[in-house]
Amino acid sequence: MAERIIVDPITRIEGHLRIEVEVSGGKVVNAWSSGQMFRGIEVILQGRDPRDAHHFVQRSCGVCTYVHSIASVRAVDDAVKVKIPKNARLIRNLLLGAQFQHDHIVHFYHLHALDWVDVVSALKADPAKTAALSDNVSNAPWGGTNYFKNVQQRLKTFVESGQLGPFANAYWGHPAYKLPPEANLLAAAHYIEALRLQAKAARMHAIFGGKNPHPQSLVAGGVTCAADLTAERIAEFLYITKETHEFVKNVYIPDLLAVASFYKDWGGIGRTTNFLAWGDFPLTEKEPESLFMPRGVIFKRNLEKPIMADPGKVTEHVARSWYEGTQARHPYQGETKPFAGDPKYDTDAKDGRYSWLKAPRYEGEPCEVGPLAHVLVGYAYGQKEWKQPVDHVLKTLNIPAEALFSTLGRTAARGIETLVIGEAMQGWVMELVENIKKGDTQTYEPFEMPDKAQGVGLNDVPRGALGHWIVIENKKIKNYQYVVPSTWNLAPRCAAGKLSPVEEALIGTPIADPKRPLEILRTVHSYDPCIACAVHVIDPDSNEVYKVRAA
Amino acid sequence: MVNQEKAFYDRLAQKGVTRRDFMKFCTFLTATMGLSSSFIPKVAEVFAAPAKRPTVVWLHLGECTGCSEALLRSMYPWIDELVLEVLDVAYHETIMAAAGHQAEEVLHEAVQKNKGKFICVVEGAVATKYNGGYGKVGGKSFLQIAKEICPQAAGVICIGSCSAFGNIPAAKPNPGGYKGVGEALGIKTVNIAGCPPNPINFVGTVVNYLLLGKLPAVDDLGRPLFAYGQTIHDNCARRGHFENGEFVEEFGSKEAALGYCLYKVGCRGPETYNNCGIVKFNSGCSWPVQAGAPCIGCSQPEFWDKFTPFYQEL
Repeated sequence: MAERIIVDPITRIEGHLRIEVEVSGGKVVNAWSSGQMFRGIEVILQGRDPRDAHHFVQRSCGVCTYVHSIASVRAVDDAVKVKIPKNARLIRNLLLGAQFQHDHIVHFYHLHALDWVDVVSALKADPAKTAALSDNVSNAPWGGTNYFKNVQQRLKTFVESGQLGPFANAYWGHPAYKLPPEANLLAAAHYIEALRLQAKAARMHAIFGGKNPHPQSLVAGGVTCAADLTAERIAEFLYITKETHEFVKNVYIPDLLAVASFYKDWGGIGRTTNFLAWGDFPLTEKEPESLFMPRGVIFKRNLEKPIMADPGKVTEHVARSWYEGTQARHPYQGETKPFAGDPKYDTDAKDGRYSWLKAPRYEGEPCEVGPLAHVLVGYAYGQKEWKQPVDHVLKTLNIPAEALFSTLGRTAARGIETLVIGEAMQGWVMELVENIKKGDTQTYEPFEMPDKAQGVGLNDVPRGALGHWIVIENKKIKNYQYVVPSTWNLAPRCAAGKLSPVEEALIGTPIADPKRPLEILRTVHSYDPCIACAVHVIDPDSNEVYKVRAA
Repeated sequence: MVNQEKAFYDRLAQKGVTRRDFMKFCTFLTATMGLSSSFIPKVAEVFAAPAKRPTVVWLHLGECTGCSEALLRSMYPWIDELVLEVLDVAYHETIMAAAGHQAEEVLHEAVQKNKGKFICVVEGAVATKYNGGYGKVGGKSFLQIAKEICPQAAGVICIGSCSAFGNIPAAKPNPGGYKGVGEALGIKTVNIAGCPPNPINFVGTVVNYLLLGKLPAVDDLGRPLFAYGQTIHDNCARRGHFENGEFVEEFGSKEAALGYCLYKVGCRGPETYNNCGIVKFNSGCSWPVQAGAPCIGCSQPEFWDKFTPFYQEL
């Protein structure tokens, strides 16, 4: 007998997501992903000053902070045809790199870890054995029996208070938790250490951006932080970059590998088929040639050779979303007529509509975006910065490359790219120093706002491929549209009935206890969903048709 | 108490925080809150040893989670201190382990058990059009949830400009009919304005509650006076340049590198009440004006409409 399970709210994500699955014979046989909120920032942007757009769109999300700001100024740079100075390119790259560092650490330890780590079991751990385990698997700067005794005592005091706070009523003791108590204690200790580390890491944004979340220093034409190109500010940035990278190298990656070694079966669960990356981190003015994170598409898990990705091949479907019509359209000709009213959630009918997310497709196919796509594209191109760490992980875990297309692979890829980008960032800081030494302190290139123009900014950010398109008329925003990573990953079905990546990935997931569907959370969280980002474009009153055309 | 205190300082020491650092933080916080220095030991006590941690129910409505993220950046006290030792954060969707109906159970139990006693923190605006149909959690609209939970709390703290004033989703043409919580429900709320606000202002408000048993004094917009009593311009480090008529007129210019006043490139500091320039963000690291970015006035109601275009002189 098939049974339906609804998980709503999905917690430990950004935004409001509802997941419904059908379970039969202890496995998921069907799945539906639904975004439950929208606000309409793209509509709010119409008629405004194009230079202001980045402030607005950055408020799409405070978790993926910065990314919409940079995507927006890039779209405006492109529209007004301004070439930003080298210092601005480096600082923008450094701030984006900092976002990857921060965001992924928080995701692994604070949003995802509790799917694999049973905190309650940590209370039973032997602190001396935990210390030995810690010495064995990690190079963490903290350890020793006393350290773990103190952490355990702290957790005990907390549990005995009877006020369990964020740890109340979870799936503790679930049979799918596989770590021994000592590994659970180790992970719980690092959960707390990572909370502190992320607060420090966020200061990278504050140094050149004024604050985090929502740094403020980007402008079309460059950056505003001209007064911060001083030795002490740059040194502070470099120091935090190093400290963060040390943590990633000595704690995050070892923890990832240690936990993964108990969950190798997840290399066969949560599998998807196609992958898309726009790529990012331009190392020169040339794009996409100089992108440190390369651009490409992988179809049918073919790692032989990626295809160069073409933004012209993207369409957005609305047939199963809460918008009028069924026609799939290129985002440039996209039209959005949202239902005016309280939408009916319908996953039963063949043409039922069930989400505020649209369904983006590349050549008609759903594509996964995000860390796994980044890593796979770099790996398939054979670039050594990307290939070496992937091979290292495969070898350490003793799993084949085939196991990458999975929940395990997705979570591992996130760690791998944090390491790879962190490694590169230190070189970029030194490049900035060398450039200033040479006497180049330019941070901004002035421009004239044209009466009529259009532009696109293609980016790849912690959650995946992100594109912003702007159309300018009378020096104002005529149209603004963005196609966002979580829209690619967490979409509903398209007009052709094809499942979105998360829907596809959920199918086949074993469910030990339908009342406590821990396994669903594992795969859903492996995408690091951001639903506030994923839903946009509306005008319920006028039902106006919005058209955006590309550059 | 003495033992607990000792244990507390031991824990701090283990993290490399000396008793002196901690007292320094308490002095800073006490001053931020506008209390006299005689309160410093009491502020320290609040963090050292609360007997029963006060319950917090944190609702996420129409928001971007930036305010929760801002609080995660709190360094003194660390966020884990706040969550494990100072407060009882019973419901918070971004950090809680439980999901789905187990999460809903936690919410209802926390509200039932602590009726009239818990602090309700709201992040995000309330969609009011179409019966609240544009934003839901667990099948219930934000409007229903806010109506059900907020009146049962001892007090409602709106963190961020969305729950305080509606903010970005309420910017023209406000497609979802978004409103701040106070306006949507017709209740009084304490508003920690900002997009996102500085976490120190939230912590200061909570400490005020723990210490004095009441929420802090507020201005006519519900913002605590200790943080929002003066304008950005009043306390700006670049104020001297303003007085001397030294202005940045173009980003990247010589004047920009010299850190001149940003008034002519659109700074909204003179119209904006907040303490950004004094306390700075990310534990004193910087703030937008220091990074050469004009203030956009994010703690003022309707700043997206009233203060735009941002890069134009007031």
